[in-house]
Amino acid sequence: MTTETTTTSEARSARKLFGGGNLRQFGILFSLIAIILLFQYLTNGLTLSSGNLINLVSQYSYILILAIGMVIVIIAGHIDLSVGSVAAFVGIVVATSMKDWNLPWPLAILFGLFVGMLIGAWQGWWVAFVGVPAFIVTLAGMLIFRGGNQLIGNANTVPVPPGFTTIGSGYLPEVGPYTGYNNLTLLLGLIIVIAVIWREIRARRVQRIMGSTPSPLWASVVKVVLLNAVVVYASFLFAGGRTGTSFPVSGIILGVLVLVYSFVTRNTIFGRHVYAVGGNKLAAELSGVKSRRINFLVMMNMSILAALAGMIFVARSVASGPQDGLSWELDAIAAVFIGGAAVSGGIGTVTGSIIGGLVMAVLNNGLQLLGVGSDRVQIIKGLVLLLAVGVDVWNKKQGRPSILGFMTRNRKTTPAPDEAPMVVPDSGTPDTARPPASMPS
Amino acid sequence: MSTQHVMNDEPVRADGPVILEMRSITKEFPGVKALSDVSLTVKAGEIHAICGENGAGKSTLMKVLSGVYPYGTYDGDIVYQGRTVHFRDIRSSEEAGIAIIHQELALIPELSITENIFLGNEPTRWGAIDWITAKKTALELLARVGLREDPDTLIKNIGVGKQQLVEIAKALSKSVKLLILDEPTAALNEADSQHLLDLIRGLKGKGITSIMISHKLNEIEQVADSITIIRDGKTIETLDAVRDGVNEDRIIRGMVGRSLESRFPDHVPRIGEVFFEVRDWNVQHPQVTERMVVKNSSLTVRRGEIVGIAGLMGAGRTELAMSIFGRSYGTFLSGRMFKDGKEIELRNVAEAIDHGLAYVSEDRKALGLNLLDDVKRLIVSAKLSKISAGPVVNDGKEYSIAEGYRTSLRIKTPTVDSGVSKLSGGNQQKVVLAKWMFTDPDLLILDEPTRGIDVGAKYEIYGIIQNLAAQGKGVILISSELPELLGLADRIYTVFEGAITDCIPAAEADPETLMKSMTSARKKVRS
Amino acid sequence: MSVFRSSLNYLAGQLRQIGLFIALIAIVIFFQVATNGITLKPINVTNLIVQNSYILILAVGMVMVIIAGHIDLSVGSVVAFVGAMSGVMITQWNVPWWLAIILCLGVGALVGMWQGFWIAYFGIPAFIVTLAGMLTFRGLTQIALQNKQISPFPDEFRALGSGFLPDLGGGTSAVEPLTLGIGIIATLFLVLKGIRQRRARAKYDVEDEPFAWFLTKLVFTAAMILGITYLLASYRGTPIVLIVLGVLIVVYASVMSNSVFGRHIYAIGGNLNAAALSGIKTKRVTFMLFVNMGVISALAGLVFTAQLNLANPKAGDGFELDAIAAVFIGGAAVTGGIGTVTGAIIGGFIIGLLNNGMSILGVGTEYQQLIKGLVLLGAVAFDVYNKRRSGGR
Repeated sequence: MTTETTTTSEARSARKLFGGGNLRQFGILFSLIAIILLFQYLTNGLTLSSGNLINLVSQYSYILILAIGMVIVIIAGHIDLSVGSVAAFVGIVVATSMKDWNLPWPLAILFGLFVGMLIGAWQGWWVAFVGVPAFIVTLAGMLIFRGGNQLIGNANTVPVPPGFTTIGSGYLPEVGPYTGYNNLTLLLGLIIVIAVIWREIRARRVQRIMGSTPSPLWASVVKVVLLNAVVVYASFLFAGGRTGTSFPVSGIILGVLVLVYSFVTRNTIFGRHVYAVGGNKLAAELSGVKSRRINFLVMMNMSILAALAGMIFVARSVASGPQDGLSWELDAIAAVFIGGAAVSGGIGTVTGSIIGGLVMAVLNNGLQLLGVGSDRVQIIKGLVLLLAVGVDVWNKKQGRPSILGFMTRNRKTTPAPDEAPMVVPDSGTPDTARPPASMPS
Repeated sequence: MSTQHVMNDEPVRADGPVILEMRSITKEFPGVKALSDVSLTVKAGEIHAICGENGAGKSTLMKVLSGVYPYGTYDGDIVYQGRTVHFRDIRSSEEAGIAIIHQELALIPELSITENIFLGNEPTRWGAIDWITAKKTALELLARVGLREDPDTLIKNIGVGKQQLVEIAKALSKSVKLLILDEPTAALNEADSQHLLDLIRGLKGKGITSIMISHKLNEIEQVADSITIIRDGKTIETLDAVRDGVNEDRIIRGMVGRSLESRFPDHVPRIGEVFFEVRDWNVQHPQVTERMVVKNSSLTVRRGEIVGIAGLMGAGRTELAMSIFGRSYGTFLSGRMFKDGKEIELRNVAEAIDHGLAYVSEDRKALGLNLLDDVKRLIVSAKLSKISAGPVVNDGKEYSIAEGYRTSLRIKTPTVDSGVSKLSGGNQQKVVLAKWMFTDPDLLILDEPTRGIDVGAKYEIYGIIQNLAAQGKGVILISSELPELLGLADRIYTVFEGAITDCIPAAEADPETLMKSMTSARKKVRS
Repeated sequence: MSVFRSSLNYLAGQLRQIGLFIALIAIVIFFQVATNGITLKPINVTNLIVQNSYILILAVGMVMVIIAGHIDLSVGSVVAFVGAMSGVMITQWNVPWWLAIILCLGVGALVGMWQGFWIAYFGIPAFIVTLAGMLTFRGLTQIALQNKQISPFPDEFRALGSGFLPDLGGGTSAVEPLTLGIGIIATLFLVLKGIRQRRARAKYDVEDEPFAWFLTKLVFTAAMILGITYLLASYRGTPIVLIVLGVLIVVYASVMSNSVFGRHIYAIGGNLNAAALSGIKTKRVTFMLFVNMGVISALAGLVFTAQLNLANPKAGDGFELDAIAAVFIGGAAVTGGIGTVTGAIIGGFIIGLLNNGMSILGVGTEYQQLIKGLVLLGAVAFDVYNKRRSGGR
């Protein structure tokens, strides 16, 4: 297997370029760029126009928000099919609470998050403490909360007050001198540029402290320049839209969520325990991880995010209706798998899922721009989901990483074994079948 | 640790303080007494080895000690550092400074070395994990165990040997005083094993006491200060390496020393000519491509012959058997197979069954039985075509066949309609044997056919095996119990680290010679 | 005394089955009271069977899939797709109705092959493949129908869903004779089969069922069938779909209990590794299972379309839930390996009764969804709870 080693070293150098960043995410990023370029070409440049980009963020932020929650659920080895219904249910509850109880909109948002938490606690209880598989609990939840939505709204749409709509269709306000661009958006862009630079410098400093060989300086510079070029380009696009529009408020909410959840999954005990439970539940429990509590919190967190996504969607469409959130679970699940998560759990990142979510958003948006009918959109999405999981499963069989591995795989390097072993006596342990832990040995 | 209280009657020994004393530990599982009245005394700062055959109760004892089986599920006392302790779970034993490294490594493959070391024990600053501290500490720990790896490397990307070192680093991170290693070198190659042993000796120099369970007697001879031998759930003796002048032979005598008389039905072998042969068999581990689980193995079976395979756990016995049985384990690399003088190729289990092979798995519950099924359906399940007209199963025949095996094998079940999950281990095993006898095999491969079975049922199963041989079938018998092999087999192959090391006619074999060939690589294959 | 105790023990062992029957009876009585006797009116019993036949058909396929340890979320969309194809074939391509039925079953087989390939040979989890299928086939439905409805269908085709066997009494007799005849034959058949089985089991000395219980069961079953027969006969006779359903149940019940294929499905769901080591070609069985599910979904689609006399892009929405709930109510286990066709049919009847009773009571669809969701959750939770209790953990 000499060829094997050469590819690994290539992979390593590619990883070095991206500062130790995940190789897999690089591949996903690549597919995002590819899909953007494809639609840019097919729509004659419409995709990357200011108006469309602003629209894309405000219209599809729900996919990205759901993807954040879903990736955590999938890392823990579960699935949530109820997110669309939960979003619709919370949407209608919040809309009704403002209409009938005259709840001020900021309170209504808190109320909506609280309802999401209750729903999550309900579902989490069944999954974690009763032990009903998540796909059953959430399949039931899909029905229950869809029914609940129609029950509360009498299958009608309920309008929401203008203040509330800010979270869905608001933009950064115009401040300061007239520049032809939205100043706050440019400022935001500047902050991100600085943050990117600072983060790279800090990463290099940490590498030095740890005494590990830092990646070459040129690699860092190339990386920072590339990333910032994208940021600057995007901020000018966002800032240069129709007057009155700029970077959407929902995009800012999304950005905050991405930062918070990247941090949570990477740097908190909870986050690491989610990976541990999904990766090897038994081993995690032997290390003192309370897997039930983790499962409960994971499911609860998902419903809270679904609630938020539902509210943002309602705010954007100015009313809550019975058809909200239909097949959102598919967008979210596909986003997560495109983002490199594994069906078997234990693998996945928030950043990857966000990029996966962007792929789905660009796909939705591009197909819409092209005027492709909803029938064909459904078929394409179904196939994309199948493809995303198929790539994961395929790569696991080949013992390779996700999409990048798929794309860079040298066909002649690793001939797949003719027949995968039928029986894996005790997966994860190097030896053959052993009696389970509860047996005397 | 509210339940602890100080014991004052601690015996004082001349040659060092006692760190741990387990007194009269008895542990029962439904139907099996895994430990009866076992005692163990470990002195501070020593390396204490525990030896015994598979199933003797070593791992169970260590699970009792580390809180995997919590206080209350066993009888007896554990006195640790002068106090009687009641561990409720692994956590409480860890807090007391006892860390166990299980046979099955408790590592998460998708997490990095650092993350695994601190799993369940993460250093935090203001609620967030302090990765810089964690990595620094991880680097120090890795240096202590002599592992030069980037602490960001994922566990799945390092070999088993290094994973074992990470486990030890994980234990060290919890300021361990007593380290328990259950078969630490079972999956390691020579170099990795040596490194690990050196490390354990190094830890001893720093005052860490170790309890080590191992099958590799040469390793025990090399590092252990004292050795406790356990047999059939009982303590046999504790040897002092220096005082008693311990060597492999001495340990083996303790491990196997039991009488063999009249535990096997009388039988006169009627052995025919060679009808089954495997030549130069090579198989790779299904996941770890650099690891060979079967190396250049060749064996022959004659008609009416019971061929024994002796080897320790992890030596590659099961791997050899399953790879012969339609390549159901590992990645087949090379080798030839002959039956009745013709070369055959068995690419899957169905072909193996068609060619008259049968395999009774060592892991009855995971690989042998559908525990949801009933007795009659299970018996016919490997060759439904025999009682079917086209696609339709004839349930009248099913009953009478099942009924036939129930009487001939004396399967104790209320009816053949009962669920197998309700039967005892011995009767479940008879059902499995019936299932394979029903396929009319010429060659039966029996992998630990008497594991977890009580003495009476064992005797009956021995009778069944001898009957099969008497009918002219070939039997390959894999067993960890040497008396069983010596009592039943006509010829015994020994396996060590994936390779066949010897072939001894039963008449010339005794436990000591077998154990020697099973624990070392000296190759002197007779045929 | 000891006889009494042993029979009591036996009944305790059969708790799941008895519970199922009691639940069925309780629900019938509840709705009978709540609807002031409408539930058991001849016309309503006929409606109940006709209108819920699709659930029962799907439940037969779904229970096999679930026994094997998989799931199929796409059945609703496949129902819609096949309905659409039947409409397109009959009204646009002028295919004769009988040929259209055969072709549509073929379409179902193709759908099953597509999904079965990914699941069995590629190893993608069934819930992902069928979740994608749910979308894909819904999309294909809309394309086939071009977002319009197709109606009407020829009478011969409609008969499959809403037709009745000819009235031998000429419409004059109070109780339709053909239906009565079929009912009596079916009852006799079941009773004889029960007695024969008991005798065979007694012959091998494996009978542990108390005779009283056997008799109770037999009388109860006979009374139930004869009761339904009487009710049907006093309305319009035997719905054709009931014959289809009856054949399906008899065929698949014997496939699952008495065929090699059925045994292999149980073996795969019970212990995949052990099944593989017994020489079962697990991949091929899984593939065939999904092909079968596709054909059964297609049949449900044909029946549903024929019954509504309408091919509709929204048809079949949520059918997967009805079918899955029916299977779990009928005693199948989420972990696979356990379940029966009969159980799934009874579960399907319970779901049908809920649908029917709630519509009579004027309960809105929103409440219906809510209640069905809870029923699904409850059924699985009961199974999980039972297992945990008996597993001693």
